[in-house]
Amino acid sequence: MENQDTKKVSWPITILLILGCVTIFFPLYMAVVIALKQPSEMTNDIMGALALPSSFSLSNFAEAMRVTDFWNSLGNSLIISVAAVGLSVLIHSIAGYAIGRSMADSKAYKFVYLYIVSGMFVPFAILMMPLVKQTSQMGIGNMAGVIILYIVFYMPMNLMLYTGYLKNIPIALEEAARVDGASTWKTYWNILFPIMKPMHATVAVLTVLGTWNDVMTPLVIMSGTGRNTLPLAQLTFQTQFGTNYNLAFASYLLALIPIVIFYLICQKQILNGVVNGAVK
Amino acid sequence: MGKGNDRKRTFLLITIPVVVLFFVFNTLPLIKGFIYSFTNFKGYGSYEWVGLRNYIDLFGDARVGRSYLFTFKYAIVCTIIVNIISLILALGLNGRIKFKSALRGIYFLPNVLGGLVVGYIFSFIFTYILPAVGTAIGSDFLSRNMLSSTSTAWFAIVIVGAWQSVAMNTIIYISGLQTVPEDVYEAGSLDGATGWKKFRHLTFPLIIPFFTINMVLCMKNFLMVFDQIMALTKGGPAQSTESISYLIYQNGMSGGQFGFQSANAVVFFVVIVAVSVFQLSASSKKEEQL
Repeated sequence: MENQDTKKVSWPITILLILGCVTIFFPLYMAVVIALKQPSEMTNDIMGALALPSSFSLSNFAEAMRVTDFWNSLGNSLIISVAAVGLSVLIHSIAGYAIGRSMADSKAYKFVYLYIVSGMFVPFAILMMPLVKQTSQMGIGNMAGVIILYIVFYMPMNLMLYTGYLKNIPIALEEAARVDGASTWKTYWNILFPIMKPMHATVAVLTVLGTWNDVMTPLVIMSGTGRNTLPLAQLTFQTQFGTNYNLAFASYLLALIPIVIFYLICQKQILNGVVNGAVK
Repeated sequence: MGKGNDRKRTFLLITIPVVVLFFVFNTLPLIKGFIYSFTNFKGYGSYEWVGLRNYIDLFGDARVGRSYLFTFKYAIVCTIIVNIISLILALGLNGRIKFKSALRGIYFLPNVLGGLVVGYIFSFIFTYILPAVGTAIGSDFLSRNMLSSTSTAWFAIVIVGAWQSVAMNTIIYISGLQTVPEDVYEAGSLDGATGWKKFRHLTFPLIIPFFTINMVLCMKNFLMVFDQIMALTKGGPAQSTESISYLIYQNGMSGGQFGFQSANAVVFFVVIVAVSVFQLSASSKKEEQL
């Protein structure tokens, strides 16, 4: 990296990095061309799979949408992720406020903080079997249960993020509001909630990325409800595709498209959020 | 005074339901799992206390032993590969290059894609594309399907796991490299530090906290590997790629081993905590030394 000392663009490194993108794009390119082809075009040699389709047709996508009940799965995934993210931002930021502000001079709150944050080390594998029983007994072995579980699973990380962020917000702001006669509740909504906006973005990004692609939680909790999330639909219909890879790849792409669109729109927030979440 | 009480009361009213929620859906199942681990519960019907028998059986169970070996082999190899690749990538992406933000955006893309679907796509590559390439270039090794051999299937899962995780680790290393002030390099280049030497003695010591984060994140995530197994091998061939999470899911949920796999999960939990604590304390010692 000698050229870090000069101000010139390093073309060898740029070109190497551009060539490296092949490793990212090859699997996706393959998925797209296979999804656009008909089984008859899939000859046994490698070009049969990788060549461009002879005619452009979206029929595989239409068929995949029908087979995997795409719109319902997408709807369920959206409901779960939006609800989990919205409620996480609300509940975790309020909890972060109450616990974070009380922690300094209260051992009990300090304990509550450590108690919740240490939940980060609990792997889902140990909670899985008891939770399946518990949620079905409570009558929430469904999407509502999955949403509640996400709120609980992301609480340790998000609580840590919010309390960490609050440390840098001077308490004088709240005291000024209190002198003006505002209640604690009002102070929170009018002053602190808007100030914490950057952290809301981080929390939202991390929770979306975690919940949208999650297979295990909906798989064990929602099994038997007959409802699918987008990843679950791929798992459920895997056997039905058989060896029709063209149909299967159309379905995989359909499952990837929503999150890729989200990534393209919110790329900056996502990269910032991921770094903030990991580094703090 | 009244206002101070209002503040305290509000905080208490917020905290209590939150703690209850966390207890009911995190601590309570944890305790239940611990209790089930002392029973022969099948997941249905009646059950009896069996004391420590599940734990004793666990250590003699070849399938459980294999799953631990596989999971650790996978996690360690994957962690090393991912950290080397992402450190090199981060150095490149943080250098004086063209199209910087576009390239960063592209290299992060695999991280947002779902592990299950990525696994399915790679499964096709391992089954059809790589063998076809292998036959074309006359390589005996490549022309076989990696996923169908017990000696190579685990490495196929490493490739897929690494493909996705490099993205995340690279971004963290980049943010680490950005904290290195420019004048450190200037001082270094006056002393004649270049290339590997510069990296080894100047850059790397300054980004050790980020190295720690990546190591801990990697190990924890890879030890819990599930989606890739589900998509690529379902634990096969010959149970050679059963991760601990997959085994607990497979045999605990539908194999009638609820109690036994609960014991497995308790041990797994202890292992995860031990590995994380060990890594954190080892690296904090390292940081002090520097």
